[in-house]
Amino acid sequence: MSGADNLAETGAPLATGYRRFVTRRMAWLCALAAALCLTTVVNVMTGPAGLSLTQVIDGLLHPEALEPGAYVILWEVRLPFALMAIVVGACLGLAGAEMQTVLNNPLASPQTLGVMYAATLGASLAIVFNLAAPLGLPETYVVPVFAFVGAIASAAVILLLSRVYGATVDTVILFGIALVFALQALIQLIQFVADSDSLQQIVFWTMGSLTRATWEKVAIVGAVFALCLPASIRQVWAMTALRGGEDYARSYGVAVDRLRLTVLLRVSAMTAVAVAFTGVIGFVGLVGPHIARLALGEDHRFFLPGSALAGAVILSGASLIGKSLVPGVLIPDGIVTALIGIPLFLALLISQKRRG
Amino acid sequence: MASLKIERINVGYPGKPVLTNVSLPEIPPGSLVGVLGPNGVGKSTLLRALAGLGPYTGTALLKGENLNGMSHFRRAQRVGYLPQALPQETSLVAYEAVLSACRAVRPDLAKTRIDAAVERVFDMLDIRPLAFQALNKMSGGQRQMVGLAQVIVRRPSVMLLDEPTSALDLRWQLTVLDTVRMILGRHQGLCLMALHDINLAIRHCDFIALFGDGRLLAFGPPAEAVTSDILSQAYGIAGRVEICSRGLPFVVTEPTQSILPPTGH
Repeated sequence: MSGADNLAETGAPLATGYRRFVTRRMAWLCALAAALCLTTVVNVMTGPAGLSLTQVIDGLLHPEALEPGAYVILWEVRLPFALMAIVVGACLGLAGAEMQTVLNNPLASPQTLGVMYAATLGASLAIVFNLAAPLGLPETYVVPVFAFVGAIASAAVILLLSRVYGATVDTVILFGIALVFALQALIQLIQFVADSDSLQQIVFWTMGSLTRATWEKVAIVGAVFALCLPASIRQVWAMTALRGGEDYARSYGVAVDRLRLTVLLRVSAMTAVAVAFTGVIGFVGLVGPHIARLALGEDHRFFLPGSALAGAVILSGASLIGKSLVPGVLIPDGIVTALIGIPLFLALLISQKRRG
Repeated sequence: MASLKIERINVGYPGKPVLTNVSLPEIPPGSLVGVLGPNGVGKSTLLRALAGLGPYTGTALLKGENLNGMSHFRRAQRVGYLPQALPQETSLVAYEAVLSACRAVRPDLAKTRIDAAVERVFDMLDIRPLAFQALNKMSGGQRQMVGLAQVIVRRPSVMLLDEPTSALDLRWQLTVLDTVRMILGRHQGLCLMALHDINLAIRHCDFIALFGDGRLLAFGPPAEAVTSDILSQAYGIAGRVEICSRGLPFVVTEPTQSILPPTGH
């Protein structure tokens, strides 16, 4: 067998070589974490009223010493905005990575199963039929609540059908695609009957934006991520085994169908809560895992945290670009992620091809 | 020490039986059993069923314990299965694939012992140079060797290997068979190996189970199980078994027309 690697030198224990291999991966994780810190700090500094690094650090350490105006900018606007980018990006990155693994499809993302479209449908219903009034709920929360309900309902339909017909990759993807088409038709129908004000709101919602971020929303999305991450970590060995082949994983005693269902449930919850507060933000869940896979491989102990970090870096960077590209104009984050996500994705694919 | 006994097993799909009424006498520990038969006869279906990946009726007793009565996890610990399909094309490196196989089935093993077990398997199969190569950068044969390493590292009582040599050249075929023999000798486990090369099977296996026409045609030591009549029944070919100068049997096929229609499932 040819193909020697310098890590597998004759005589040296393979475990030693593997430790060096793992150290490299840890270095990549640290680099991603550093990139996230950097984009977040610059994100907080950037805006119509620029803040210096010193002002940001002082403001974080001694908020009581800030001018009232600067306090509002830093603590009520910039920080929730920057942290929302982190938690939403991390949720979408992790969700995308898990979906790509259990569906054995590198093109899978939270959009694949129609979860995002279902959230859009829920939000559209709330906007067009003004559901805030009869429910007596604060208007800012009605749209996210309906988006969440829509997303969870779509996930429930997929899970139910998978339970009945078997949670094979083909079944889940086919149900997902069918659901996407059905939901798109329903969204278009609602847009068709909507008045011009509602239509404008729906269009803005589908563009995806972090501007609606508040501390409360950051806490909710962050809590869901904090609940899902340990559950994902508990299944890293099973998911890594699954990457070696479904029959192999089954023969190791991995209950593949159950794994697939629990992952889809987790993915749905993370996607639903993320898009409910921000609107549709695509490509993060697709590109984040690809970056992580290139840098960290597919050992899920590194791949999953790496995908969450890469997703957070992408959205944080996208929100920074959205603020900086045209002075005084905040380009919706969903548009920026799509604009940078597509070329980035193509570049990744081409570089993978070149590497052979 | 592991022994396997199969009683009146039927495998297949709903409404489409593939193999019926298969019974094997108690196979003693340390035995290598060659599972032979024409394409589509049901060799893979039988191995998959015994591995718990497909349904079967009847009884399969491993050391007197019913395989179907075992929990998922216990069965995975006792039975190691190498599918016919090679490991998936993934950027996992071979070391990670083997490590994850070991961790999945032996989670309580200390890290140092897992490292040692993984190291041993790479040495045993002589595939150290592949350890840090991604599976999607390997040839089919290399991935087949990694797949076998994934099975061996788990130290199962029974290995069910579905055509483990199909993508290998002669040197690696012999490495696989020698390694399997060595493991069986050392741990007194069992191996059922689906093969197409009948001469390879005759030379290396203790027993041959030859299937044809949806049933077991013959079972026994190679010299007894492989006869001209059985070859004719199973494959529809005219062949004879001869003994070479070293006393080993081998099959010589005649360039003749098929005398049976091909089986197809």
